[in-house]
Amino acid sequence: MTATTIAPDRRRALAKRVLARRAVLPWLFLAPGLLLALVFKFVPMGKGIWLSFFDVRPFLGDKWVGLDNYTRVLTDHRFQDAVGHTLVLGIGQSLGAIVVGFVLAVLLEGQARSLKIIRTAVFLPVVTATAVVGELWRLMYYPTSDGLVNSALGFLGLGPTPFLDNPDTALWATMAMGIWMVAPYNMVIILAGLAGVDRTLYEAAAMDGVSLWQRLRHITLPAIRPAIGIVLTLAAIRGLRVFTEVYVLTGGGPAGSTEVWMTRAYTLGFTRNDIGGASAASVVLLAVTLLLTVCVNYFRKRGDVR
Amino acid sequence: MSAPALDPVQATSEEVSATASRRSGKPARTTPARFDTALGWNDRPGVSWALRILLCALALGVFAAPFLTILSGALSTHPSGSSLSFLPHDSTLLNFRVAGERGIWDYFTNSLVIAGGGLLLQLVVCVLAAYALARHRFRGQALIMTLFMLTMMLPEEVIAIPLSLVLGHVPVVGIDLKGTVWGVILPLGAWGFSVMLLTEFMKDIPSEIEEAARLDGVGELRMLWQVVLPLCRPALGVAGVLGFIMIWDQYLLPLIAAKDPTDYTVTVALSILRTDPEVGSGVVLAGAVIALLPSLVVYLLLQRSLVTGIAAGATKG
Repeated sequence: MTATTIAPDRRRALAKRVLARRAVLPWLFLAPGLLLALVFKFVPMGKGIWLSFFDVRPFLGDKWVGLDNYTRVLTDHRFQDAVGHTLVLGIGQSLGAIVVGFVLAVLLEGQARSLKIIRTAVFLPVVTATAVVGELWRLMYYPTSDGLVNSALGFLGLGPTPFLDNPDTALWATMAMGIWMVAPYNMVIILAGLAGVDRTLYEAAAMDGVSLWQRLRHITLPAIRPAIGIVLTLAAIRGLRVFTEVYVLTGGGPAGSTEVWMTRAYTLGFTRNDIGGASAASVVLLAVTLLLTVCVNYFRKRGDVR
Repeated sequence: MSAPALDPVQATSEEVSATASRRSGKPARTTPARFDTALGWNDRPGVSWALRILLCALALGVFAAPFLTILSGALSTHPSGSSLSFLPHDSTLLNFRVAGERGIWDYFTNSLVIAGGGLLLQLVVCVLAAYALARHRFRGQALIMTLFMLTMMLPEEVIAIPLSLVLGHVPVVGIDLKGTVWGVILPLGAWGFSVMLLTEFMKDIPSEIEEAARLDGVGELRMLWQVVLPLCRPALGVAGVLGFIMIWDQYLLPLIAAKDPTDYTVTVALSILRTDPEVGSGVVLAGAVIALLPSLVVYLLLQRSLVTGIAAGATKG
């Protein structure tokens, strides 16, 4: 447009100036974000790694203890139990939420207005703050026969169960709440995958006379595989760092039966003031999280190529 | 599962290619709804139709009805916790008044300030970063993107203990952020998810628009504010809703950033209400309703952009 009217030497000078500005400019735009990420994410991470090698004593000065914190944390039987609970909770919750999310998605798939309203309502648990969900479920799990879940069980002829007060059921009760919170989120992602399925494939399948099960297995599932990949990655990372759900619902109890890695680290750091041990526990979790992310991404990429 | 029976097929299966089936499937076109869904749900009254209504009712009962319990419990006079139902026994606002006396509105104000300020900061920071990443080319671009992605893998839970030390004494400047809203707001500023979402969206803006504006002498800030931002309003909506819900959901961060309980947000304060022996569960539920409302309002007003945002995030990877 106007470029043609600018003299060549002026144009070159202008280009030079723009180039010089362009080299600095992006960094000006990035600065706030990088600064905040540095101060509130990466510095704490570094500090956490650093502190994990020390016996942190507030007024006496920190003492280097090498890997002592790690060996102490990893050999502590309460931490070992917490690893087990974290794994059971994380895996159970992830798989449960995917299965329930898939069932919800195929149930609520469609264009009808009524279906959209139902989907909106079913999605409510996702937008609700975890602490509120915790309060809600504490009341739903009310141990007497007139609690909500127990009265539903009574309707089926089962006696009341003190879900959260019984070490045998508390972890499963926590898992059920986790599935309830995450499944609608998975539903939305899987629905997006389902929307991309080629309808002519269904028609072709109908012509071939395949069963419903074969249709789901050979047409629907392959089509939503990328969506499942995303859901799995998110769920795995989420499962490892689970904290708020457990903290508000059971606080790790009864008798440590729902203690997970992060609630244990929190208790160690903030209640028992063992900053070094808690930092070591966090570093281990961080390492596992990163490793898991890399692995899942690797397998997803390999899956995509195939 | 009872799906409608599939069409009887005349042609042998080897012969039926996709095109052939489309041609021979023409009579079936009169009921197009049939292949719209994976399970082949039928719109007309019948067994499958009735089953679907039943299952939908079950899904609503499991996922949505519990919210009515909170509301009815909050409105019940005798909130013994055990006597919960979907309808309040005799409705009263007493629980809300008691919750108010316990300072629930102060906590609520804390939450609103944090959510409002945090979201504003987060959007500004992420828009600026995304603009640089999407519309500029510079050395170390991939590294910066990775750094922002890493912020998503460093959730507050994992760095809670050192973060609480950093909040008490910010490096270099040495300010104590504990007990101030900044202690919660600042760590929420750089959110990798929003950066990624906005970057992806801004990349799709045709460069012709930008070049034309540049030739008209538009500077960088005006370019961002008047050219790029208006074009990525949908993405801003998504980042806004998801950001609000994420900030409102914060639990551990307000807990460690607080100096004393009066600094808590409403979600954290629920646990104080619950452990107060003089307070019945009706009051806790009243608090839960108050804590629930803002995210509910935001969701219902902007749910379309939220759902498309989640779907876009999933398909883009």
